[in-house]
Amino acid sequence: MKILVAVKQVPDSETKVKIAADGKSLDPADVKWITSPYDEYALEEALRLKEAKGAEVVAVCVGEEKAKDVLRNALALGADQAVLLKGASEDPLAVARALAAFAQELQPALILFGNKAFGSDHGAVGAMVAELMGLPQATLITKLELGEGTFRAEREGDAGIEVVEGSLPAVFTAQKGLNEPRYASLKGIMAAKKKTIEEREAALGEPALAVRTLTLPAARPEGRKLEGDAAAQAATLMGLLRDEAKVL
Amino acid sequence: MMLVFCELKDGKVRKPSLEALSEARRLADAAGLKVAALFAGAACAGAEEAAGFGADVILKAEAPALASYSSDAFAALIAQAAEGQGATVVLGAATAIGRDVLPRVAARLGAGYASEVTALGLENGVLTADRPVYAAKAQASVTFTSKVQVASTRPNVFPATPCPKAGTVESLPVQGLDFKAVVKEILAKGGGKLDLTEAEVIVAGGRGMKEGANFKLLEELADALGGVVGASRAAVDAGWGLPHSMQVGQTGKVVSPTLYIACGISGAIQHVAGMSGSKVIVAINKDPEAPIFKLATYGIVGDLFEVVPEITKAVKAAGLSKA
Ligand SMILES: Cc1cc2nc3c(=O)[nH]c(=O)nc-3n(C[C@H](O)[C@H](O)[C@H](O)COP(=O)(O)OP(=O)(O)OC[C@H]3O[C@@H](n4cnc5c(N)ncnc54)[C@H](O)[C@@H]3O)c2cc1C
Ligand SMILES: Nc1ncnc2c1ncn2[C@@H]1O[C@H](COP(=O)(O)O)[C@@H](O)[C@H]1O
Repeated sequence: MKILVAVKQVPDSETKVKIAADGKSLDPADVKWITSPYDEYALEEALRLKEAKGAEVVAVCVGEEKAKDVLRNALALGADQAVLLKGASEDPLAVARALAAFAQELQPALILFGNKAFGSDHGAVGAMVAELMGLPQATLITKLELGEGTFRAEREGDAGIEVVEGSLPAVFTAQKGLNEPRYASLKGIMAAKKKTIEEREAALGEPALAVRTLTLPAARPEGRKLEGDAAAQAATLMGLLRDEAKVL
Repeated sequence: MMLVFCELKDGKVRKPSLEALSEARRLADAAGLKVAALFAGAACAGAEEAAGFGADVILKAEAPALASYSSDAFAALIAQAAEGQGATVVLGAATAIGRDVLPRVAARLGAGYASEVTALGLENGVLTADRPVYAAKAQASVTFTSKVQVASTRPNVFPATPCPKAGTVESLPVQGLDFKAVVKEILAKGGGKLDLTEAEVIVAGGRGMKEGANFKLLEELADALGGVVGASRAAVDAGWGLPHSMQVGQTGKVVSPTLYIACGISGAIQHVAGMSGSKVIVAINKDPEAPIFKLATYGIVGDLFEVVPEITKAVKAAGLSKA
C-alpha cells in the first residue's frame, strides 16, 4: 500500500508580515519557514498506518528549492520517499493539478493533506485533488479507520461529529485532534540527510486565481479600559454595549 | 446567471446561506444578472424562503439518496446545475459542507476558487474577492482568470438582506451521481446550539478559567446573551474535556461574531487569527499588559471570576437576557 502525503512549506505563524515591493506578495526577509502544522497531522497519520499495516509513505511538496527542508523533515520523521515538484502558485487549483498529476502516476491507496495550509488558508487543495482524480474524500477528519478497500472517518460537521464511509483509494484532510505528531529522532535526522529528494517540474498549468494586492489590515482603534470594581465595570460595559456599540 | 448553493436546517434556509444569497443578489443587480438558489436533499421543504432573499429561480434537487451528504455526489450536482444554468459565478457559505464541497465544484468546472471571502466585487463579469491571509495579519485581494468563478463566503460577514423576487421553483433531475463517500451518521449532536462560526455572540475562555467546570460561568453569560461558548487552544488542550470544535484560532475556528467576550485569554497571535474579525471585542484579563487589550473595544482589567458573574447579572438586570 502506498500513502501519499502532501506537505507545504509556510511562514511560521509568529512571522511579522511585511508586504514585498510588488505589493502582492509576502516579503520573505526574516520569515521563518516551517511545515504547515496541519500537514504534520497528515504525515503522522500516514506513519501510524505504516506502522500498523505496513505501507510506503511518500511525501510530496510543490515549492522552490528551500521547500526541500520540509521534505527532509518528513524523511526524518519516517517517510520512505520525498518528491519536490518544483514550482509555486497562489492558485490552489494549479497546485492541486500538479499534485493530482503526480498522484495519478503513483496510484496511492490514500492521499493525506492538511485541511488548510497556514498562511494562504485556502482549505481547498485536498478536495480539489480528490475531484480531479475522481476519488471520494473526507475532510477535516479527527479519526480514520481502514477496512478492506473501505474507510470510516469522523469529521467535524456543523451539527456534530459526522461519520463518513467510503471506498479506497480516497483523499483525507487532517484536522487537529486526529493524532499527536511525533518529533524527529536524532537517528531519523541523520538518516534523512543521506536520502535523496527526487525533483521534477510541477505541472501547474494556467492559474485560475491570481492575487492582485496584499495589504495590511487597518489596525483596530485603541479600545477603552473600564474603571471601577467588578460591579461598576459590568454596569459600564452594559451601557456601552447597548448604547455605544449597539450590539445588545 | 449566478448560482448559490444553499443549505436547509429544520425546514429553514441556514443563515450563512441567506448571507451568500443576499451578496449574490447585490452583485447580480449591479451586473444585470439573475440569481438561482440551489437546494439538495431528500426533500427541500422550506427552500421557498430563498425567494425572499433575492432568488429569481429556486432549484430543488430532491432524491432519497440525497438525504445524507456525499461530497462527490453533491459536487457533481452543483457543477451540473452551474452548467445547466450557464452560471459564471457560483457562491456558497463557508459552512462545514460548503468548505468540503465548493473546492470540488471548482475543480470539476476548472474554475478558480476563493475561500472564506469577506468582500466581493463583480466588474465586467470578473469576480474579485478579499480574503484574510497569514493569520489575519494581511488581506489578499484576488481575482479570477477562469470563465466560471467559485467563492465561499465567511459566515456573519455579509448581511442577510430581505429582497423579494419571483423565486420560480424548478426541480432538478438527479442522475448520473456517484456516492463514493457518504455521511452515515452524526455523533454527539451539539444540543441544538449554534455552531461557533454562525454565532452572533461568543463568550470564550482560556487558560485563565483554571478548570473545565468553571466554563459554567461562561455558559450562563452566553445563555443570557443568546450566544455560545468558545475556547482558546490552551483551554482545549488542558485536558478539561472541552471538544476541539470549541477552539477558536488558527488551528480552530475562524469566527466573526458581533460580540466576542474573551475571558482569561492572553491574545496570542494564533488565537487572534481566529477572532480579529469580530465586530466588538470585550476582554477580561487580570494582566493589564495582556496583548488581547490591544484588540479589545472594551477592556476590563480584573478577575474574571468576579467580573463575569457581574456581567451576567447586569444583562439580566437590564432586562436584556435571552435565556
Ligand atoms: C502552530 C500553533 C497553532 C496554534 N493555534 C491556536 C489556536 O487555534 N487557538 C488558540 O487559542 N491558540 C493557538 N495556539 C496557541 C497560542 O500560541 C497560545 O498558546 C494560546 O492561545 C494561549 O491560550 P490562553 O490565552 O488561554 O492562555 P495564556 O496565554 O496562558 O493566557 C491566560 C490568560 O489568562 C489570564 N488570567 C489568568 N487568571 C485570570 C483570572 N482569574 N481572571 C482574568 N484573567 C486571568 C492571564 O493573565 C493570561 O493573560 C497555537 C500555537 C501554535 C504554535
Ligand atoms: N505547495 C504545496 N505543496 C504540497 N502540498 C500542498 C501545497 N499547497 C497545499 N498543499 C496541501 O494541501 C493542503 C491544503 O492547502 P490549502 O488548500 O492551500 O489550504 C495543505 O495542508 C497541504 O497538505
